Amino acid sequence: MNSLCPARTEPPWVRRLLVGGALAAVGLLLVLPLALVFAEALKDGLPAYFAALSEPDALAALKLTALVVCVVVPVNTVAGVAAGWALGKFDFRGKSLLVSLIDLPFAVSPVVAGMLLVLLFGRTGFLRGAVEALGLTVLFAPPAIVLATLFITFPFVARELIPTMQSLGTEEEEAAHVLGAGFFQILRRVALPNALWGLLYGVLLCSARAAGEFGAVSVVSGHIRGRTNTLPLEVEILYNEYRFSAAFAVASLLTGLALVTIVLKALVEARERRGRRVA
Amino acid sequence: MSIEVRHVTKSFGSFTALSDVSLTVPGGELVALLGPSGGGKTSLLRILAGLEAPDAGTILFYGEDATGRDAKERGVGFVFQHYALFRRMTVFENVAFGLRVKPRAERPGDPEIHRRVTALLTLVGVDWLHDRRPAELSGGQRQRVALARALAVEPKVLLLDEPFGSLDAKVRLELRRWLRRLHDEIRLTSVFVTHDQEEAFEVADRIVLLNAGRVEQIGTPEDLLERPVSDFVRGFVRPVAQA
Repeated sequence: MNSLCPARTEPPWVRRLLVGGALAAVGLLLVLPLALVFAEALKDGLPAYFAALSEPDALAALKLTALVVCVVVPVNTVAGVAAGWALGKFDFRGKSLLVSLIDLPFAVSPVVAGMLLVLLFGRTGFLRGAVEALGLTVLFAPPAIVLATLFITFPFVARELIPTMQSLGTEEEEAAHVLGAGFFQILRRVALPNALWGLLYGVLLCSARAAGEFGAVSVVSGHIRGRTNTLPLEVEILYNEYRFSAAFAVASLLTGLALVTIVLKALVEARERRGRRVA
Repeated sequence: MSIEVRHVTKSFGSFTALSDVSLTVPGGELVALLGPSGGGKTSLLRILAGLEAPDAGTILFYGEDATGRDAKERGVGFVFQHYALFRRMTVFENVAFGLRVKPRAERPGDPEIHRRVTALLTLVGVDWLHDRRPAELSGGQRQRVALARALAVEPKVLLLDEPFGSLDAKVRLELRRWLRRLHDEIRLTSVFVTHDQEEAFEVADRIVLLNAGRVEQIGTPEDLLERPVSDFVRGFVRPVAQA
């Protein structure tokens, strides 16, 4: 990390062994599987690859996944900013309980999250009456998929923002307040710019997970091809039908998204480090 | 512009920060809130700014009740102990902030903002730093920028929390003389918090000595030295070599 004073205490062969071992492990466990996804996807050639991606079912899955991301990410960004602001800047009774509750979606298995929605909206569900009265279909339809993804990805933005906002303190907000700024002016001009990189980081992770969530969505989607299948579910169905190269072609979309996320995340982190050095 | 504090009480949980505090700051004066730490000085200053609400009692600005008024409506300038400059903004934008967040009808145009910010930065002597970020400034420079920022909204009252607390001794001496001269120039009703008696005696017209949430004595430096009203005052205030 620190290029100015390298800690050269181990003999060269130990260092080489450790670095080599680490690289081998990373290669074997991370890079090789990723490369295999693309290799399998392109096994039957580029035309077959694009044919698999432009199948109506695959396109429908892509559209549904895009819709889920477009609804979930903005909602969880707003909710995450609210939670980060409240929990990072203020002290109140029950605060630590609330902080633990935010982690709940990380703590429970996604399948349980899906089951929860089934319990709420299913045949004997608690909210079934209300939903029917409104003439809505929730379960086995896009609304349930969105709700399940909302639940699963809720912590990402809030988790990133709470420590960032906490470490920034409240003095700058107070200064802005005394200078005549209102709530939204303080948020827009002071609090969010100060926490910008943490926020971007959270949004990025939230988007990646929203596109890739499998377990909870699988429980509530109903797996209707062309209608309630997201990309991860489409991959599973294709795989179970022994259409391996098509399955890997769709999987390569998700993998590509993950790679883009990682690159963006690295850029955000580099910017943040530079910002911290100046600030 | 005068400030009146009437029977203000404030506690945090079981800790009583202020109990039945009353005092008056005549318009145009520079008053020091002096006392040992934990004596309630900063709490009182924050109540004056509207950053805390008193549990009981009233605050009058210019004879008008301002107790329930929101901090952003009070027209006070506040200089924080650690300056609280906006870290992402340049010095210029820091000072311009108060003007830029005004409601559209009162907001000056860009040329006017530029003129006023430049004038203020010149007044506090740091106009050459206008495009720097707070992290690139020394403590004394940050202090001056914080003051310019507070003055930009043309406050009727200036409040300073330990304004020299985090500066080294030499800069400290220089800045407090400078603040005194600045006050003589602009004659803004000002209150500053300090735990340093020498600082209070050198800078302030009048001193409010606070201890354990109560006012021990209000008066000029001579009053406190020559006519202490209690043993605490006698013990706390020592004669200092006059500069």
